[in-house]
Amino acid sequence: MAEVSTDTNARADAVDDGALAPGEPSPPEQPAPPGPDDSGVDPDRANMAKILLGLIGIVGILWGIGNLFLALAYHPEWFADSRVLIGVIALIAGVAGAYFLFFFINMFVEGLPGRVSRALMPYAFILPGLALISVMLIFPTIQTINYSFANADSTKYVGLENYRTIFGSADFREALFNNILWLLIVPAVTVFIGLMVAVLADKLSGNGEKVSKSFVFLPMAISFVGASAIWSLVYAYDPEGEPATGLLNAVWRFFGGAPQSWLQNYDFRLNSILLMVILIWLQVGFAMILLSSAIKGVPEDTLEAARIDGASNFQIFTKVVVPQIKGTLITVFVTTVILVLKVFDIVYVLTDGRDKTQVIANEFFGKLFRDSQAGQASAIVVVLLLAVTPILIYQARTFRREELSR
Amino acid sequence: MTHVTEAAALGGKETSGKEISGKKPRSSRGLMADGRQRSPVSIIVMALLVVIWTLPTVGLLVTSLRSRDAQAQTGWWTALWNGGWTTENYRGVFDKTSIGDSLLNSVLVAIPATIIPIMFAAFAAYAFSFMDFKGKDILFILIVMVMVVPIQVAFQPMLNLLGPNGLGISGQYIGVWLLHTGFGMPLAIYTLRNYMSTLPRTVIESAKIDGATHFQTFWRLIVPMSVPALAAFAILQFLWVWNDLLIAKLFLTTDNSTVIVSLQGLLGAQGQGSEFLPAGAFISMLIPLIVFFTLQRYFVRGLTAGAVKG
Repeated sequence: MAEVSTDTNARADAVDDGALAPGEPSPPEQPAPPGPDDSGVDPDRANMAKILLGLIGIVGILWGIGNLFLALAYHPEWFADSRVLIGVIALIAGVAGAYFLFFFINMFVEGLPGRVSRALMPYAFILPGLALISVMLIFPTIQTINYSFANADSTKYVGLENYRTIFGSADFREALFNNILWLLIVPAVTVFIGLMVAVLADKLSGNGEKVSKSFVFLPMAISFVGASAIWSLVYAYDPEGEPATGLLNAVWRFFGGAPQSWLQNYDFRLNSILLMVILIWLQVGFAMILLSSAIKGVPEDTLEAARIDGASNFQIFTKVVVPQIKGTLITVFVTTVILVLKVFDIVYVLTDGRDKTQVIANEFFGKLFRDSQAGQASAIVVVLLLAVTPILIYQARTFRREELSR
Repeated sequence: MTHVTEAAALGGKETSGKEISGKKPRSSRGLMADGRQRSPVSIIVMALLVVIWTLPTVGLLVTSLRSRDAQAQTGWWTALWNGGWTTENYRGVFDKTSIGDSLLNSVLVAIPATIIPIMFAAFAAYAFSFMDFKGKDILFILIVMVMVVPIQVAFQPMLNLLGPNGLGISGQYIGVWLLHTGFGMPLAIYTLRNYMSTLPRTVIESAKIDGATHFQTFWRLIVPMSVPALAAFAILQFLWVWNDLLIAKLFLTTDNSTVIVSLQGLLGAQGQGSEFLPAGAFISMLIPLIVFFTLQRYFVRGLTAGAVKG
């Protein structure tokens, strides 16, 4: 594919890229790039062949891929009804399609007159990615806000009716309350345990650190559903008189407790807290990895200086280490907050919101698919969206600040 | 009980090393090979944490290897003396549940949904790192903000767009690939750009002087140089797609659903077939765990490179 190199625009681009070297006079004779036919073509003139070929390529790829996938879906008999074959074809077509899409977009833009080409090239590079973001995230956000003011099947506007309904519903307020509980507990505990593990692991021998971190980190590879399966065994309930099969009940009974059906026990929101344990279990590894690398990045001489000044280990940690890893602490905290706001799988799989464990994302799912209330469901997502807005603004501002200080 | 013994075993292994190194009996007693002070508190607490963190997964593995009766009647930790071991569940998972079939679907969903976003994002990240254009900052800030948007916003509009009244690709692999590509894109662009902006600009400048186009510079220079970041994001995205429940559940049919969706179905089923659940769960975790352990180094590097998923 790299044969495109033997092209005049390549040289034009290289010689005077206006953006990067504005005042630079173009060197009169560049060593000609390899290629027989590039002499005598004016780089500032359009290369019709390339434009045409590129355009045909773009359209052809989109049309071809589109039809191929329709064929895969509606005529499996053309592919011997083999799911493996269909899958492999789809896989190759998808990946190769993406590659050639870029190839032809690039060719098209390269064919344009030099100035236009240079001006458009960056947009050609970001266009496919940005287009997907627009279609998959930005358009749906606007559409969801729009739906939230419409009725159950999005055919008529109903004003603020949906918001009045959801805030009037006890279920939603319950979910809101639980989400706040999750927000108060999970990020703080995750950061705390993550920090603890990071600090303690740092004091172990090299191998001890590596091995112990791997074990704490391992749940990161496990799905929420898999984790729910794992913990449903831990929380399993057997009535009095039968041996316990759940680890938690076994320990509980060992200390003299009566068998508990943990996930149905909502005294002090115990069941919600036990669900939170699963998320913490999954997320601590992430916190630990980030915090650990931040701690290792703390300059040794600042610690040394504190030591010479006679600071205790605890003082060194709180007054020297923590301020220097504050950025990472915030990152981990914010990431966990975002995760918690959207927590769904664990609740959906294990309790489906029964026994006062409902959360916003599961309430949304139920409204959208069980009750077919698209309007109310959209209103719930908008509430979620409002909840992340401060983080969104914070992200943008931090980024700006970082870029300015670069 | 198990806690104590295993912690002791781990702790014992740690402490046994310290007798070996030692010149001066007093000061060297608590020293490690690299001369740092050994910390017994850290060793004990970490050993305990490791045990607590690992035990639930070990429980799943042991339970998956026990017969239906054994699972229902005794705790898995008694398996050593109560027995009830069998590999029958793993056969049953493939014969009697949809887990086996859906494993293939998961692979077919996850691989393109990992590669395609990387390609799209790498091009965009290249432009954001090495090209100057109008609106660059605004567009990038938009991407940073979109990272946080909950994917739930997309469900109703996307079901309409991809559904029978729209493009008609709901229920097919390509729909799910596009969704995962779109949802993974902001994070991908963000991480890759962060990495690419640390690459030396002079290399790119000299490539230009040698007559390379952006397209060539990208493929020949930037892609090879960005392999660590690309690999890191690939692992992250692969795990995310493989482990996803919502998108697969909503945008695939029962014929081509992923292993996680099958597992969720199994979790809901009480009574008949519930003995297959642990084995099924373990099978669903196997590929991500392999990916994770073989590529852990890249994964860690990727996370520490500032990956924050919205």
